Amino acid sequence: MDLTPHPINPTPRPPGELEELKRVWATPKGWRIVTAVNNTVIGLLYIGVAFLFFLMAGVLALLMRTQLAVGNNDFIGQELYNQMFTVHGTTMMFLFAVPAVEALGVMLLPQMLAARDLPFPRLSAFAIWAYVVGGLVFFSTIFYDLAPAGGWFMYPPLTLTEYSPGDNADFWLLGIGFIEISAIAGAVEIVVGTLRTRPPGMSLARMPIFAWSMLIFASMIMFAFPAVILATMMLEIERSFGWPFFTAALGGDALLWQHLFWFFGHPEVYIIFLPAAGLVSMIVPTMAQTPLIGYRLIVVALIATGFFSFGLWVHHMFTTGIPALSLTFFSAASMAVALPSGIQVFSWIATIAAGRERFRITTPSLFVLGFLFIFTVGGLTGVMVAMVPFDFQVHDTYFVVAHFHYVLVGGMVFPLFATFYYWAPMVSKNMLSERLGRWVFWLMFLGFNITFFPMHLTGLLGMPRRVWTYPSELGWDTLNMISTIGAYMLGAGVFLFVFDLVLRFRPGGGGPENPWRAGTLEWLPNDVYSTRSIPFVTSREPIWDQPNIAEDVREGRYFLPNAPTGGRETIVTSPIDARPQYIIQMPGPGWPPLLAAIFTAAFFLLLTIKLVVVAVVCGVIAVAFCLIWTWSLDPGPAKGSVDIGGGISLPTYATGPTSHSWWAMVVLMFVAGSLYLAYVFSYLFLWTVSPEVWAPAGSPALPALGWPATSTFLLLAGAALVVTAGHLLPPAGKFGVAVPLAIFLALACLAGSLAIEIAGHWRTGLSPSANAYGAMVYLGVFLFGQLAFTLVIMGLFTIARHAAGKLDRERRVTFDNLALLYHYTVVQSLLGLALIHGFPRLVG
Amino acid sequence: MRDRSFQAFAALPVLLIVAGCVDVQSALNPAGGEAERIHTLSWILIIFCSVVFLGVAIATIIALFGSHRWRQRLAGERLVIGAGLIFPAAALSALLGYSVVIMGIAGSAEGEDGLRISVVGERWWWRVIYIARDGRRIESANELRVPTGQPVRLELTSADVIHSFWVPKLAGKLDMIPGRTNTLTLSVSEPGISRGQCAEYCGGAHALMSFFVIAMPPADFETWLARESEPAAVPVDEAEIQGHALFVQSGCGACHTVRGTDASGTIAPDLTHVGNRHSLAAATLPNNAEAFASWIRDNQHIKPENLMPPYEIYTERELGQLATYLESLR
Repeated sequence: MDLTPHPINPTPRPPGELEELKRVWATPKGWRIVTAVNNTVIGLLYIGVAFLFFLMAGVLALLMRTQLAVGNNDFIGQELYNQMFTVHGTTMMFLFAVPAVEALGVMLLPQMLAARDLPFPRLSAFAIWAYVVGGLVFFSTIFYDLAPAGGWFMYPPLTLTEYSPGDNADFWLLGIGFIEISAIAGAVEIVVGTLRTRPPGMSLARMPIFAWSMLIFASMIMFAFPAVILATMMLEIERSFGWPFFTAALGGDALLWQHLFWFFGHPEVYIIFLPAAGLVSMIVPTMAQTPLIGYRLIVVALIATGFFSFGLWVHHMFTTGIPALSLTFFSAASMAVALPSGIQVFSWIATIAAGRERFRITTPSLFVLGFLFIFTVGGLTGVMVAMVPFDFQVHDTYFVVAHFHYVLVGGMVFPLFATFYYWAPMVSKNMLSERLGRWVFWLMFLGFNITFFPMHLTGLLGMPRRVWTYPSELGWDTLNMISTIGAYMLGAGVFLFVFDLVLRFRPGGGGPENPWRAGTLEWLPNDVYSTRSIPFVTSREPIWDQPNIAEDVREGRYFLPNAPTGGRETIVTSPIDARPQYIIQMPGPGWPPLLAAIFTAAFFLLLTIKLVVVAVVCGVIAVAFCLIWTWSLDPGPAKGSVDIGGGISLPTYATGPTSHSWWAMVVLMFVAGSLYLAYVFSYLFLWTVSPEVWAPAGSPALPALGWPATSTFLLLAGAALVVTAGHLLPPAGKFGVAVPLAIFLALACLAGSLAIEIAGHWRTGLSPSANAYGAMVYLGVFLFGQLAFTLVIMGLFTIARHAAGKLDRERRVTFDNLALLYHYTVVQSLLGLALIHGFPRLVG
Repeated sequence: MRDRSFQAFAALPVLLIVAGCVDVQSALNPAGGEAERIHTLSWILIIFCSVVFLGVAIATIIALFGSHRWRQRLAGERLVIGAGLIFPAAALSALLGYSVVIMGIAGSAEGEDGLRISVVGERWWWRVIYIARDGRRIESANELRVPTGQPVRLELTSADVIHSFWVPKLAGKLDMIPGRTNTLTLSVSEPGISRGQCAEYCGGAHALMSFFVIAMPPADFETWLARESEPAAVPVDEAEIQGHALFVQSGCGACHTVRGTDASGTIAPDLTHVGNRHSLAAATLPNNAEAFASWIRDNQHIKPENLMPPYEIYTERELGQLATYLESLR
């Protein structure tokens, strides 16, 4: 395929083309805006709501600082204070930080990649609405004494029903549930978006650093979130049904939660930090007017951070009494992660020094410099707490409170504010005020340091975290008062920012074009359809290096200056070198994602307050709306190939590994695989802790080998049936009864295998609530059942599509997805059978 | 409503002044082997980090405001690799080696045949059981006495949720986890008082779960332990006798033990020698008659959610008698 870097289409473009593009991508008017799915609309909603959570959790922080201003204070009582710090931490970590960076990905990535939208707009909309509804309900529990009080880390046994009766802890699990959904959905979007919707010519080596950081962010979510998904499932199951995963007396272990939680929780810090570092790597070159120094080193550093971050979760558990050898290993790993950060910090400094002109001091650059200052301090105190003996002293004290606020506020909030000021003109008619911006920055910067710097000392003087009061006589009063004063300064800075926002922020149409003279694609002229045409990219900073690119893009001289299929679409390119492959047809506004999200939220909420029947009804409605929306997917090859300009003609449909849908399914399989590995870890971990409850000595002997053998046979038969069904798919317009029959039998095999596995264990008299072994065995069955349930819905859906003439040999993405997940399930279940039936026999 | 209880609360300073004042819970005022080694490490780290921070700050300032020549020196991947990769790798390896050495010293200091004390974290107090060399178990609560100049082995467990045992002046913290036993060795060089506090959030009254550690010369400690193992003092004067009667009638013995009497409950702190301790309610109140009285009546205000019910049934006189009795348990 010959791709010329030069403009390719003749101009002027045919009349009516631009109007068509505008009509296709029009944002719904009035209250129908809630049905919008375009990334610029829902991205803004996403950021807005995440920022709202930041403000609300910030108010909680101010109230807590007021309580701690002096010793022996009783402004806020113990019970409310305990709820407040739990909600503050949970909200900041789960409802603000992760969603905010994810929102920036949704908002900025398509613009940076000159894509018209993310590949799965309705999935984004669904995830965002579920998060909005679920998050707001979670936060509101603080107003009526229903908020959890177990800390954002929710360590059992404190959070088990015995010590936390009432629904409070369940509301925490609910809030986390939503963020799990939206994070996974976002990861799918971002992985597929960055790898498949880049503009032609933007090879991986030309991808903006922010896109790199979001790609790594999404990969980390794929491997980190499943651990906490499993942990929260186990905690809710133990709370509701008494399966003793965490109860020591029955062979469980409280430390299992800590391992799973921090296996997620530590990478989460980098999940938050990496995108923010990516943003900084975008702003610094612009303000220095020179390309980033050490682009390749930074990419390596980002990948290394992602990798290392999975090897240091135990540094949150240094004081739990684990052996010295493990301590040393995790201490070394925790220090090693400082290296990639060092590379990034010095890359930024080198870039500032390399500027053709002096680094421009604007509000975004102030926030970037503030970030550099604060984050460096946070990184250095991070090195301190990575030293095990030092951590023995400062762990769970105000020193650590200071450390992680330096890392997280420095590493994420300051870059976020830089982002607000920097990218506001991309979405708002006005820029934010540079004059007020200086005030905002200095209030926030000084306020932050006045609040948190003294806390290092407060911690060394012996003040533990999570205390609602302290005796005045321990010498902590003055430092606490200073911190409180700083907190109000910080609050004033944020308030001034909100004031500026109200005054000047006007979304809907960009403001001044490229006001910072940046080099990347998000600063091309854009409208609701993103850029008028999708450029061919030959450098990392196309606006700097490709003369006249903005003009050529606006005039439609590049690819896809129109809407050839008559609907929303963007170009899908190959993952490494970004060669155009096909045109993805994308959905427009619609109710199903919103309604599916509301009913999903209702399902979880009603389940939390134990209204099971109504909850199930809502769950069924939610699934129904998902099916309504997926029914319109998989459009088939009916529209043939279309001309995207420059003599290039692309198909409008793809199947197999070329298809974006296949990629999304693979991402989902990675998520499911990580979840299952977390399960295998948990099973083996509990065995090392309590081998005495394991079969055959401590529990009923395993079912005879005939049981798992039959399950295995059924699984393999099912897989064979699915393969056969794939070969039997008839050509378009034909209906063959063999395909539905094969799918149906495959589903029956799956159900049969599940039933035999349950019956086998049940007949031995094994009970899930008897001990940790029983709980783990049945949890394995539960995980299998979850996938089987999904597959049954997908299978019946596939049969229905075939019956409706929407599935055949060519139009087969729906079937391919079913087949992928089915085969994955077979592999996972075979592994599960080997573990459950083999391991106790091996060691017993 | 709270005022009265906070009068008692406000009496704590007296105690703390006695105890050596504001540094009684400070990691910067070490009085024991491990804490001293960590204290040295802390200063090394603080100085190291300050120097590195200064270096980064100077580099940034040069990058921002330096002359063209100076800026050119920083503008390249050499800086990134040298300052961002090689220097930290070397410096951090050295620090890691040092911390491993410190951990090794701490690990080797464990005395196997010295005094053992079992400390059990409870919501929200500390059960303390001295295990003498002959195997006798002497139960106390909310205060640790240790002999100076010899390692003391603490066996840390929990009765309910996770707690963490932390006396900053003496050693780093170690968690108390249900189903596990963690051991911590304390060695205190000089006689004196240190304050400790629960460092792992344990719900409810976590903020009010503290204790004092009193280090005594070995001879004094032996004398004290011998007394501590005795049954409780017999009430002598009228008020004490009345107080004891009230204690028995009200069923206090269902939860508390007073050795030598019928009171043998095990779910609450042992009160056999409660009058001897430096504080009440896990270092929430000073130890005097007034504090006893306000605790019995107002404990849910003084220490919300604690598991003892408030007793508002007593007259002032009866409260006084109970307090006198409890205070006499020396």
